[in-house]
Amino acid sequence: MKFTKLLASLALSMSVVGVAYSDLVIPSLDYRTGPYAPNGIHFADGYADYFTLLNERDGGIGGVPIRFLPCETAYNTEKGVECYESTKGEGSLVYQPLSTGITYQLIPKATADGIPIHSMGYGRTSAANGRVFSHVFNYPGTYWDAASIIVKHILDQEGGDLNGKTIALVYHNSAYGKEPIRTLEKLSEKHGYTLTLIAVDHPGQEQKSQWLQIRRERPDYVMMWGWGVMNQVAIQEASNIRFPMENFIGVWWSASENDVIPIGQGAHGYKAIAMHGVGDDYPIYDDMRKYVLDAGKAAGDGSNLGKILYNRGLYAAMLASEAIRTAQALSGVADISSEQMRDGMEALSIDEARLAELGLPDFGPPIQVTCENHGGPGLGAIQQWDANTQSWSLITDFTGADREVVDALIAEDSAAFAAENNITPRDC
Amino acid sequence: MFYRESGDFKTSYLQDQQIFPILQDRVFVAVVIAFAFLVVPFLINDYWEKSVLLPVLIWSLAAIGLNILTGYCGQVSLGTGGFMAVGAYASYKFTTAFPELNLFIVVLLSGGVTAMVGILFGLPSLRIKGFYLAVATLASQFFLVWLFNKVPWFYNYSASGQINAPERLIAGIAITGPNAPPWATYLFCLIFVVVFALVAKNLTRGRFGRSWMAIRDMDIAAEIIGVAPLKAKLSAFCISSFYIGIAGALFFLVYLGAVEPTEAFGIDKSFLVLFMIIIGGLGSILGSFIGAAFMFLMPVLIKNILVNGVGWSPDIVAHLILMIVGGLIMFFLIVEPHGLAQLWRVAKEKLRLWPFPH
Repeated sequence: MKFTKLLASLALSMSVVGVAYSDLVIPSLDYRTGPYAPNGIHFADGYADYFTLLNERDGGIGGVPIRFLPCETAYNTEKGVECYESTKGEGSLVYQPLSTGITYQLIPKATADGIPIHSMGYGRTSAANGRVFSHVFNYPGTYWDAASIIVKHILDQEGGDLNGKTIALVYHNSAYGKEPIRTLEKLSEKHGYTLTLIAVDHPGQEQKSQWLQIRRERPDYVMMWGWGVMNQVAIQEASNIRFPMENFIGVWWSASENDVIPIGQGAHGYKAIAMHGVGDDYPIYDDMRKYVLDAGKAAGDGSNLGKILYNRGLYAAMLASEAIRTAQALSGVADISSEQMRDGMEALSIDEARLAELGLPDFGPPIQVTCENHGGPGLGAIQQWDANTQSWSLITDFTGADREVVDALIAEDSAAFAAENNITPRDC
Repeated sequence: MFYRESGDFKTSYLQDQQIFPILQDRVFVAVVIAFAFLVVPFLINDYWEKSVLLPVLIWSLAAIGLNILTGYCGQVSLGTGGFMAVGAYASYKFTTAFPELNLFIVVLLSGGVTAMVGILFGLPSLRIKGFYLAVATLASQFFLVWLFNKVPWFYNYSASGQINAPERLIAGIAITGPNAPPWATYLFCLIFVVVFALVAKNLTRGRFGRSWMAIRDMDIAAEIIGVAPLKAKLSAFCISSFYIGIAGALFFLVYLGAVEPTEAFGIDKSFLVLFMIIIGGLGSILGSFIGAAFMFLMPVLIKNILVNGVGWSPDIVAHLILMIVGGLIMFFLIVEPHGLAQLWRVAKEKLRLWPFPH
């Protein structure tokens, strides 16, 4: 007991540092260690570099500098909670947990603390219903949108008829991987395909039995909800059993360069859904090189610029900074609070002209967040890997999900959450 | 000079049998408990609650549980994570099926359910020992986690397979859920830990504890002198699982509030608790507390010093923590193989003789 107290008192004396002054605090619950690090690093670099760019080039947002607080979670829920508790007192504006488990953990806590969460294309899908989830945002799209868009793409390939076809879902056996199951089940009723569920346990380094099952059952298509090392292993195993890669489609978290490069030629033709553009052929990267990379202020070694997940981190940071701008305009205050940030996120509107102004022309679809719809436009495109040129390219336009199916599911699940937690849906 | 038995006369059997024979120890423990109950609730904030005190209390309880089984009865177990999951899921099922049920009762019932499961998985211990038993309990770890992932009834058919603690009140004050005040959740856990630590201390000093230790030291000799191995081993599994189940229930209901089995109750949790009791001291209740505090707080402390104090980047520190904590574990195991509790025991011996050692 004595030892506990001593350690605890030391910990306190160390945690009370940093004095509040005028700044915009952006915490980053990132992970550069553990089995999910290969993907976590790229996202964290993109997220950090964009804010560094704003600080270096524009002196922050609206004249107020950004204070960036990285905290290592290793994709672990308990560490995520520790990170949240240790940074929320600093005046954090928005949390980007980058883990469905931590998002679930933080949804009630952050709502009670009045801090918004931006679980961008992950987390709890039904949080798209802003009437129930006042502080949780998952624009520009949700898992259920992604599942539906992938099925749409398969429909296109099959000429609109999926009767008698089999689709297998290889998923991370966690809240994250289980998210799309309900949507895929509903869609299978509608389109008549058979759904096979194949779970892969954390961290997913061993998938021999799963792919043996796929080899035996020969599904026509395989979808993947994977993350971290699980992605590489799955694509490797698929290539080992010579599964046709163009029929293997991943979610946007199973869609980065480090998932396909280790497999070499075997990964040629692998597809995934995309929520934003690929590559570094955007004007913003000139500024990024000039102000951040060449000045030696990059979060990583600078080799990740233009990679899918770096772009995703950059996109997330851009959406956060645009929400800060919106909040500043709405409230008339430059040094906004987390509640004002929430209002800003709810009023966020980014059109094509604004994207071009930001140096990201045609990077993603226009975004319009409203009080009812926190899930954004819910658009996705299909991207395909070319192993010869070592690059991703978008092979379809951005299309929408089957709103009839997805919206009904969102209404149902958010109503269940509201009933469970005694939440009266807000008026919008 | 001051810390000694002489002059502290025992005039009744009751006094002779008390837990702390030395006056200073009694005063110190009383002050610590009084401080924990009367002062800490007024100082506590969210960070201290969620990042320091609750996890340390809960892991201490789990460590006491495993210490009863491994430290006192000598049965190695790698199923701690699985048994914590049983406690967590039992408490979830109880509190969602009977929302009116008092949380104290929910937690105790969850402990009871885990005790039953513990007895079931303890049965092989009657036939197998040592490493083989460790492997058998390892099977329970994987089986239980798989079960809670596979059967939707356990998570009330929720879409994500996660379980979420609904808000529950005691006397009008929220204990679970996001609106629970830090002092309430802290006191809730503290009551369990203090009561059950005292119970464990007394159990280990009584007939049960002696039969466990007899089995641990030499099971054949114990059997010959009349200790029934069936009773001793299964009671150790039962009581140990009860403690671990309570820890699991508190871990889910009060500390995290939302868990999924693979991540929250994986094999690494089983190892963590095992390391806690090895570092803290096998066969020592105090050691369970010290071990839990060491294993849980050391990374947090190093992180706070190096990231917030020195200003290094968090990813470098995350890697350093693995090395530093690993190094410290090896250091303590080499310098003091009987755990940190032994250090305290040795210090006490020295203090009694001070300032005139032989």
